[in-house]
Amino acid sequence: MPRTDGIRDELWRPCASLEILTLRATLLARIRCFFMQQGVLETDTPLLSRYGSTDPAIESFHTRYSGPGSVDGLPLYVHTSPEFFMKRLLAAGSGPIYQLAHVFRNAELGRRHNPEFMMLEWYRPGMEHQGLMDETDALLSVVLEDFMDYRAAKRITYRQWFRDETGLDPWTDKVAAFRRFAEQQLDSVPETMDDNELDPWLDLLVTHYLEPGLGDQPVFVYDFPVSQASLARIRQGEVPVAERFELYIKGIELANGFHELTDAGQQQQRFESENRVREQTGKPVVPMDRNLLAALHSGLPDCAGVAIGFDRLLMVAAGLPDIASAMPFPFSKV
Amino acid sequence: MATYSTSEFKGGLKIMLDGDPCSIIENEFVKPGKGQAFNRVKIRNLKSGRVIERTFKSGESVEAADVMETELQYLYTDGEFWYFMDPESYEQVPADATAVADVVKWLKEQDSCVVTLWNGAPISVTTPNFVMLKVTETDPGVRGDTSGGGGKPATLETGAVVRVPLFIDIDEIIKVDTRTGEYVGRAKD
Repeated sequence: MPRTDGIRDELWRPCASLEILTLRATLLARIRCFFMQQGVLETDTPLLSRYGSTDPAIESFHTRYSGPGSVDGLPLYVHTSPEFFMKRLLAAGSGPIYQLAHVFRNAELGRRHNPEFMMLEWYRPGMEHQGLMDETDALLSVVLEDFMDYRAAKRITYRQWFRDETGLDPWTDKVAAFRRFAEQQLDSVPETMDDNELDPWLDLLVTHYLEPGLGDQPVFVYDFPVSQASLARIRQGEVPVAERFELYIKGIELANGFHELTDAGQQQQRFESENRVREQTGKPVVPMDRNLLAALHSGLPDCAGVAIGFDRLLMVAAGLPDIASAMPFPFSKV
Repeated sequence: MATYSTSEFKGGLKIMLDGDPCSIIENEFVKPGKGQAFNRVKIRNLKSGRVIERTFKSGESVEAADVMETELQYLYTDGEFWYFMDPESYEQVPADATAVADVVKWLKEQDSCVVTLWNGAPISVTTPNFVMLKVTETDPGVRGDTSGGGGKPATLETGAVVRVPLFIDIDEIIKVDTRTGEYVGRAKD
């Protein structure tokens, strides 16, 4: 008799219902249709790269190639976003491009996180971040039609958002003021919060205080603190800001966009300083993408880019309680 | 000292918090796309029963609580302690009034209870969801009235008072839901 224990259970079944899988396919088709009409080219870049993301808040999966061409084995990173390859296409003159790609992030699992998820990412040469917010509005009002009454999202700067909701100014107030506010307003504050670093406090207040207060309304938050610039360019003014935006719907972080940094020297400095943070916090140092830096040297056109978490978009469209319900086989079933 | 990192958090995990043993009820992973990750955790204090929320930075560690749930038999009380026995080792464990708390009114000798031990000492006792108890005091039964409408108070052998239907008599054994304190039915003999 063949052994059947553990074989006859029901865990093999997909998580998302057929209805949700149909909706998934509908949204994918609408996205492709939208970009085709806009003359944006679909691209399909590699998942594996010799280089990874140095961002200290993002952990890559890695693997190793061994075989012809690499007897000793070649370390490879599984991409956390198609960004670097797409920027190389842009630098080579692709014009506007988009991609629907599965991306991978280690150590992220929860109600809104799955280590593998689908990202819609697109780039618009000649646009800055305000223009890309307009196009994000246009895309979502088409894609979400019949599922949600999507109107142009409200826009608020990161600075104004904090000032309105907390009375605090991330550009001028000290960490101590943020600690005081957090201790008064939140159920609890993590014990190991560092008083020398502002960003974790901003993240704490964003996730535990500001996001829950956003309500159902779609909202763009834009012009971030310079310390959270990531790959966005910095604009000097009364205070310097990173030309970055995020879109929230129903309090869920759905999209992140940049007026892209095109300066190779600045990009290299950011990679290096991110790796220094990795070193200081005991995280593995990741080889910075030299091909991307070379592409920036050669000339990345002035452009804006944005990435939308596709599974979260489906969550929002269908009113699903968690990201697993939007996926045929979430992490618990792979 | 055993510790758990936030990656090990899940419902049912027993941890120490502010010097008290606690049990995790719910663990939520919260992280901005490009920022610090947190674990937002709903926790029950196993001594007070109170539920609180705590936020941890992902990667933090907390001390593990040496908490065990065992099924023990209730023996008797001397007024100060309630004595439970491990049916296999015959070892006896005294629980104080704080540990037995309000389940004391459902404790019947010989009944099995789930006793939560912290460092070997009882901190809480859970009775079975249903217990069979004898009525020791109630107004005389109204014969023929099986509607159960209205009802009347009845004192049970453990001292608990529950509302029972009018037809229930002294010395009858009834089934009670200990979670709600409600009469469920007559014990089937």
